[in-house]
Amino acid sequence: MIANVPMEHGLILAALLFALGLIGVLARRNIVFMLMSVEIMLNAVGLAFVVAGARWGQVDGQVMFIFILTMAAAEVSVGLALVLQMHHSFKTLDADAVSKMRG
Amino acid sequence: MNDFLFLIPALPFAGFLILALAGRRLPKTAVAFIGAGSVGLSAALTMLIGAGFIASPPQDHAFTQTLWTWMQFDGYAASVSFVLDPLSLIMTFVITGVGFLIHLYSTEFMLDEEGYSRFFAYMNLFVGSMLTLVLADNLLLLYLGWEGVGLCSYLLIGFWYTDPANGRAARKAFVVTRTGDTAMALGLFLLFTNFGTLNIQDLMLHAAKQWPVGSATAVLAAALLLGGAVGKSAQLPLQTWLPDAMAGPTPVSALIHAATMVTAGVYLIARTHVLFELAPVVQAAVAVIGAATLLIAGFSALAQRDIKRVLAYSTISQIGYMFLALGVGAWSAAMFHFMTHAFFKALLFLAAGVVILAQHHEHDMFKMGGLRHKLPVTFWTFFIGAASLSALPLVTAGFYSKDLILWHAWSSPSGSPGLWAAGLIGAFVTAIYTFRMVFVTFFGESKTEVNHRPGLRMLVPLVILAVLSIVGGFIELPRTLGNAPLFSEFLRPVFNEKAAEHSGIASEAVLQIGATIVALAGIFVAVLFYLLRPDYARKIGGVPLFESIRKFWLSGWDFDALYDRLLVRPFLWIADINKKDIIDSGYTGIANLNRSLNALLSKTQTGSIRWYAMGTAIGAVVFLGIIIFYP
Repeated sequence: MIANVPMEHGLILAALLFALGLIGVLARRNIVFMLMSVEIMLNAVGLAFVVAGARWGQVDGQVMFIFILTMAAAEVSVGLALVLQMHHSFKTLDADAVSKMRG
Repeated sequence: MNDFLFLIPALPFAGFLILALAGRRLPKTAVAFIGAGSVGLSAALTMLIGAGFIASPPQDHAFTQTLWTWMQFDGYAASVSFVLDPLSLIMTFVITGVGFLIHLYSTEFMLDEEGYSRFFAYMNLFVGSMLTLVLADNLLLLYLGWEGVGLCSYLLIGFWYTDPANGRAARKAFVVTRTGDTAMALGLFLLFTNFGTLNIQDLMLHAAKQWPVGSATAVLAAALLLGGAVGKSAQLPLQTWLPDAMAGPTPVSALIHAATMVTAGVYLIARTHVLFELAPVVQAAVAVIGAATLLIAGFSALAQRDIKRVLAYSTISQIGYMFLALGVGAWSAAMFHFMTHAFFKALLFLAAGVVILAQHHEHDMFKMGGLRHKLPVTFWTFFIGAASLSALPLVTAGFYSKDLILWHAWSSPSGSPGLWAAGLIGAFVTAIYTFRMVFVTFFGESKTEVNHRPGLRMLVPLVILAVLSIVGGFIELPRTLGNAPLFSEFLRPVFNEKAAEHSGIASEAVLQIGATIVALAGIFVAVLFYLLRPDYARKIGGVPLFESIRKFWLSGWDFDALYDRLLVRPFLWIADINKKDIIDSGYTGIANLNRSLNALLSKTQTGSIRWYAMGTAIGAVVFLGIIIFYP
């Protein structure tokens, strides 16, 4: 079944998802949406690992995906905490408004 | 008794430490007791040790006490050890004795000054360093004392530091003497590389054995040491600092710039006299320097108006006599003149200090006058000092010491009629300027009210020094007048001078009579111009030629202007060109480059998280591209 899907398709999908996520990070100003876009990028990378693992019949790709999931969970918890702090301090979720650390 | 030798310099050092650490909290009486007392104890100890030394001289007429090893290198261990021989005993006796009298005087003189304890701390440090200098048995320890007294001289000239002029005078003294000190340090290096030791006794033995008379190294070493001596003793060409050094308090001028420190150069040459005997050229130069200095300084003293500057030029001139004596090989005559000079010049300075204090700190003699009746003790002691300085015959110490030098300048193998004539003219000039000072200050009309009368602590040192200025000469009676050369006999073990040959008594008597006539003639000129007929002096002063000569002498033969043109201004010019420091600009360039790069990079820190994400993304693409397309 899996062998029916060519690797190229899986990788192209992963690349598209990654690009979408990146555009989301760069274009959105709301910090929550930026976090979500980062999640999309992480999942795109996970998909690429899974596809590559299927292509060579190795389990490593899926192991890596588990790692990515774990890391994403940790990242989201920290990220959401920061978002809460940001809302508390600046009463806004606009990422561009929080640019006091200008060199 | 000799075991307590180390206490002689240690006591003033201890006084310095107590005053430096706790001086602020002590009352003035306690400061005076510690300051003068430490030197007084030292003087008493010197008397005791000296009496023991004279009664039963140790073997080889030298006693060495080693305290500890100071530093060790290259197989040579420099030790802190003191040596007591007739030469250092005489120096120690003068330093502690005259030093104590001046300290006693200062306890009253400085009473109303700020920094009473600071003054005595510096003075004690000076006495300690000076004693280290004369008692040191190696040149390294001597150099330590040498620099120590230089430091104290600097500190005390600038004692009233709130006036920038005093600070300038102090710096000038320090820099000018440092020029000589550098030469001396080079001399020490030369001696050490040649002999591997700095112990004076060993050095002299080695030098006498290894260096032939007139060899180039010996000449160089002696010339370098002479450089140090010339700087410290304010001789040509480094004499310019001493007149300005009068900016310090008067007791300082008496102790440091008349009696002790400025004669350190004389001591150094006397101590290393073997070296100078090996270098006849340098020794002849010493005589010529002395003769030239005594004339130049004597004529300069004629034109001064400031009483302390007269005495300063007179000091330069008298040290010139000592150099003249050293130059003709009359070592003990030089030391004899050192001792009598310490007595009468300290006396003159201290008496001048009383006058200055009584006249509202006025230094100009021509604004004084008529003080004879108001300050009788001061007048008589000053008069005795002046008589001794101008070598009034038979009764004064100065007569015996100066006469001895003149006799040696004539009769010694390295002496010459020219040197003798210079000394004789110098004696004439000395008599004129000395009695000019006496008459202008103490005779004539009173011009300023006396507002401070000296107390006992100022008068007692004056009287004691006045007595010494008279009887100090009787320990060396010439052959024509009793033939009792106790002083040179005492110093014979150090200098190995030949006993005076018995020929030429007649010529010595003739020379003495000549010198006497010259001194009396000088006094007569002073009496004529400054006592009987002041209008003569005014008439002569009115002639333009004499007026310009007077100005020339007043400025000390324009040496300051010469050095200003020759050294100071070129140096300032170079410093001005190199204001931005050529070598430094390379390093500044690197720093500036880094700073501008930093400014450039800090612009990228916009604080916008989306820009950072963009940067990361572009960076990732670029690196991936590199990896893929240029593997």
